[in-house]
Amino acid sequence: MNRLPAVILLLLMLTAGAAMSQSGGPPPGDEVRSAALEQRVSGPMELEAVDSPDDAGGAVDINWLMEAEGTVPDSLGVIRTGPSGEEELLAVLPTGTLLYRDTTPLNGTAYSYSIVSYYGGEIAGASGEVQAVPSAQWLYRGRVGMMIILVILTGIILFYIESGKKGRELYIREIAGLAAVDDAVGRATEMGKPVLYIPGIMDMDDIQTIASMVILGRVARKTAEYGSPLLVPTSRSVVMSVAQEVVKEGYIQAGRPDAYNKENINYLTDDQFGYAAGVDGIMVREKPAAIFLLGTFYAESLILAETGRSVGAIQISGTAMPSQIPFFVAACDYTLIGEELFAASAYLSREPKLLGSLKGQDAAKLFFIILIVVGVIAATIGQFWPPLESVAEFLRDLVTVN
Amino acid sequence: MNWEIVGIWLGALVTLCLYSFLYRDNPYYKFAEHLFVGMSAGYWVIYSIFNVLIPNWWDNMLPEGGGFNWIWVIPGLFALFMLARMVPRIAGLSRLALGMIVGTGAGLNMLTFFQSNALAQVKGTIFSVATGGVWSIFSSLVLVVGVVSGLVYFFFSKAHTGFTGKTANVGITILMVAFGASFGYTIMARLSLLIGRCTFLLEDWLPTIPRLLGIGG
Repeated sequence: MNRLPAVILLLLMLTAGAAMSQSGGPPPGDEVRSAALEQRVSGPMELEAVDSPDDAGGAVDINWLMEAEGTVPDSLGVIRTGPSGEEELLAVLPTGTLLYRDTTPLNGTAYSYSIVSYYGGEIAGASGEVQAVPSAQWLYRGRVGMMIILVILTGIILFYIESGKKGRELYIREIAGLAAVDDAVGRATEMGKPVLYIPGIMDMDDIQTIASMVILGRVARKTAEYGSPLLVPTSRSVVMSVAQEVVKEGYIQAGRPDAYNKENINYLTDDQFGYAAGVDGIMVREKPAAIFLLGTFYAESLILAETGRSVGAIQISGTAMPSQIPFFVAACDYTLIGEELFAASAYLSREPKLLGSLKGQDAAKLFFIILIVVGVIAATIGQFWPPLESVAEFLRDLVTVN
Repeated sequence: MNWEIVGIWLGALVTLCLYSFLYRDNPYYKFAEHLFVGMSAGYWVIYSIFNVLIPNWWDNMLPEGGGFNWIWVIPGLFALFMLARMVPRIAGLSRLALGMIVGTGAGLNMLTFFQSNALAQVKGTIFSVATGGVWSIFSSLVLVVGVVSGLVYFFFSKAHTGFTGKTANVGITILMVAFGASFGYTIMARLSLLIGRCTFLLEDWLPTIPRLLGIGG
């Protein structure tokens, strides 16, 4: 019977303990209460971390959801645990953010991520941890459509090149500006004046400058044959080097390597208007009889073309810069518009390889014309008959690059 | 000495020297031209060293944290190959570097050009022309006809005769109308540059003359 008080005491303690655990949080009357624990704060859930797709690695995409119930937290924190176990706070994000891209991990290394919610300056909730290993991908799926089209077009170009090599005649229509190249050089020869060739103001990584160098080769060969001096001021040092090689080659092909003068192909300045001022000076002092403006031009185009016109030179220009073509059309005798500049190499050389390539590009244009016509018809009729709209949508998807 | 006025006078004199070209070539223009070309060439050399060579190559080869990234020796070698042009015996090495530049440029640009100049344009043209009012339908038709006929103009495999020729004529006509609009638009932008220069001469430079002569307020 002497055990009875002890059993009663034990029962009272257990009852009190149970009551305390049911109330949750610190016992009432505790003055130091954290704001976070006073109320239920919404926490992050369903956390996912995946390697960022279609990239060169070094990135992990993290996304999560927030609990619907509870007080909105002040902010969210992204925590990363590296392979050494060291935790790192990657970012503090505003409430409402549901995704984050970590762009600092190393490829092939496993990282653990978790999201915490802050309330009143304290951590009020945390998601579980998820792991991700960043890696590089070989294929960018957003460009598969473009790859398919490119492969088909490359196949067509190769087919035409092979046809050309086998002796099939490949017709190219006349391009007025290019047909005048020989006449312009001939005129300069008759007048005993030099030919001025301006290859634009961009570097050799520009496709128009590359096209311009091909035409320069032809002009160089003609000037070598006719014995006219050829001046090529450039605004890029690499273009100068390439131009020297191209002109030298042209003189060798014409059997006049002795007539090649390296000093006539020189560098002025990289500065756009400095170059324009320098070329203008050459024009008014050397008074060339023929001027070629072929390549990439910007605001200096009209300054150059107008000065060339003022010295009475025959001018042949060409560029694929839409905003500069009007100036050339207004001030020059012949203008190669856009793609005519790129077609020039094939037109001038008549090489089967280049002609085949041009034919292949024409096939590409035909393909795009058909695509546009079918697409527009499908989209227009699709407004009234929905099945056709899906055809238009498919064609749009085909040419979409993400 | 008031350096601000010195700067204004230098700017004004060089501007006037350059504008003197509108009359004819003359020693003042020659002076301004050579000054411009020489100074800008020098500026670009320094700019290239400190904004291209050092951050893109040197700092990658010898990072701040120490170490040596040997892979960056390769572009350095290619740069030296370019300089080999000055030595006739090994001048051919520069062709390797030039080939690399031209090949890389063409390859990288192929994707960009194909994406922005071909695919994006085709995608932008596939739409219903029967939407909106009469004016909207007309605009849509002009756009589609303009694109298709413009493409036909740039078709090199067929002579511009018959139906192809007529379509190509429509294409080049629409192109010329577009060029005309672009011409007018750009001329307006150029005029604003001229106005800016005239404002500088009239409002910044001209008032300094009485001040230098000690007359006026």
